[in-house]
Amino acid sequence: MSLEQFKNRNVGTQNYKMLDLGQSPTEGMDKFYQVAKRTFKGELFVGLWITMREMVNALFKDNMHTVKYPFEKMPISPRYRAIHDMLRLLESGHYRCIGCGLCEKICISNCITMDTRYDENQRKEVSEYTINFGRCIFCGYCAEVCPELAIVHGTRYETASEQRASFSLFEDMLTPIDKLNLQQEYDGFGAVSPNADENIKKTPLAY
Amino acid sequence: METTLVQNLPEVTAAGVIIKAIIILAVIAAIAGFGTYIERKILAFMQRRYGPLHVGPFGLLQLAADGIKLFTKEDIVPQNANALIFKVAPSITAATAFIALSAVPVFPDFTIPEWVPLLGGVFVPAIAADLNIGILFVLGMMAAGLYGPLLAGMAQANKWGIIGAARTAIQFLSYEVVTGLSILAPIMLVGSLSFVDFNNAQAGGISHWLIWQQPVAFVLFLIAGFAETNRTPFDLLEHEAEVVSGYATEYSGMRWGMFFIGEYANMITVSIIAAVVFLGGYSEVGIGWLTIILKVGFFFFLMLWVRASWPHIRPDQLMWLCWKVLMPIAVINVVITGIVMMV
Repeated sequence: MSLEQFKNRNVGTQNYKMLDLGQSPTEGMDKFYQVAKRTFKGELFVGLWITMREMVNALFKDNMHTVKYPFEKMPISPRYRAIHDMLRLLESGHYRCIGCGLCEKICISNCITMDTRYDENQRKEVSEYTINFGRCIFCGYCAEVCPELAIVHGTRYETASEQRASFSLFEDMLTPIDKLNLQQEYDGFGAVSPNADENIKKTPLAY
Repeated sequence: METTLVQNLPEVTAAGVIIKAIIILAVIAAIAGFGTYIERKILAFMQRRYGPLHVGPFGLLQLAADGIKLFTKEDIVPQNANALIFKVAPSITAATAFIALSAVPVFPDFTIPEWVPLLGGVFVPAIAADLNIGILFVLGMMAAGLYGPLLAGMAQANKWGIIGAARTAIQFLSYEVVTGLSILAPIMLVGSLSFVDFNNAQAGGISHWLIWQQPVAFVLFLIAGFAETNRTPFDLLEHEAEVVSGYATEYSGMRWGMFFIGEYANMITVSIIAAVVFLGGYSEVGIGWLTIILKVGFFFFLMLWVRASWPHIRPDQLMWLCWKVLMPIAVINVVITGIVMMV
């Protein structure tokens, strides 16, 4: 299917299906019949019935749309890019970051700052690691480029804070050592949401 | 004509009328405020939302929060506005709404107990001013209430206000003829313009209600009543999607609040008129006060229900509807009623 077919906006030659709306009356009597028919058709009462039905649904069948946000929270998509987390190795508990500097290099808003040094075993150690969340645009490149799955996007999307520097230190983002067993892997950019099957049925595929 | 009211009521004194007026002012103003809460809740439920929820139990104290906001907001008179008319206009709406309520039976009559100092034994009537032309007076007062939006819109030097004022004139020219003609047929049947006579004429139970004899007049009056109170199918004056806020664009704080109170008082008035004229009023012996509250509550709910359900119409459609459809139907209804009465 070529693209030109969809760029053609000429109604006359395209294969549109025209709805049969009948003809508008021109004679006085026909106009009167139309008004009378529309008046007594009862469509207004259909409208009234629908709002009443929705009200009954909402009140008695627990079908409210509202999420009482600070008290209730919707599950977020696994692809969601919130404040970063620094993950640990599950076996040793040591942080995964090897100080390669790829995230700092790829960051398009230059918000990652890191400093490394050699420790006593001649291994690279992250001596300083901050993300300036005033600059971060949450593009996710750092998580995508990380070879060790060390820096990932977490689930903390409530980022209002008193200090601009909140969340931004390495220690703030690192998984607490006592919560290591709760650490969750980042599903990443290709991850499908848990209810993807339901959603995909509703996708219009006619195009 | 049978009457169930006790005829030897105590004499109505000036003190009783003044107390009644104060009661009407206080209670209706409170109900008008409560009405905004009810409206928000019902509209929210019909859209499957919760409405006000967090201020107080079930969001009830939202009223107090709104009141504080209205009272403490800065009162701005815009540049180039006609300051005097701009300031007077909201009180016209509020005042006429409450004046109209003075001739309407609002609460049951009672006598203040003897042990109350100063006022003991004063009889407080159901109607503050029991005029024998009650219906004419109420309709006239509610019609005069439209001077509020008209003057407000023209005084504020704002194009949306001007459009709102023009629409007020259109609306006024449209519905007023239907209001009068539709209620003329019940007046012919009862033979009186007094609300008390209307109430007594329907005293024989549900089968005596005038809605069974005058269903057409009832529907016409409801339509005209919606237009009279600027409720949704006909809320042309301040329709937000089209004219920002129409005649109320430049108003803030308590002046805007007075428009609001006037509108809700008018809704209550129209509900009471519809309940008394067509649905038997408070004529049920013993539980009349309860049934009138239920009837008025039904009409109030109907107004909110309609607002949640129906789109509103254009000004020219309103004029077309009122002059070309409703007025002929009303006239035919009056003629047929007259013929039936003569035969």
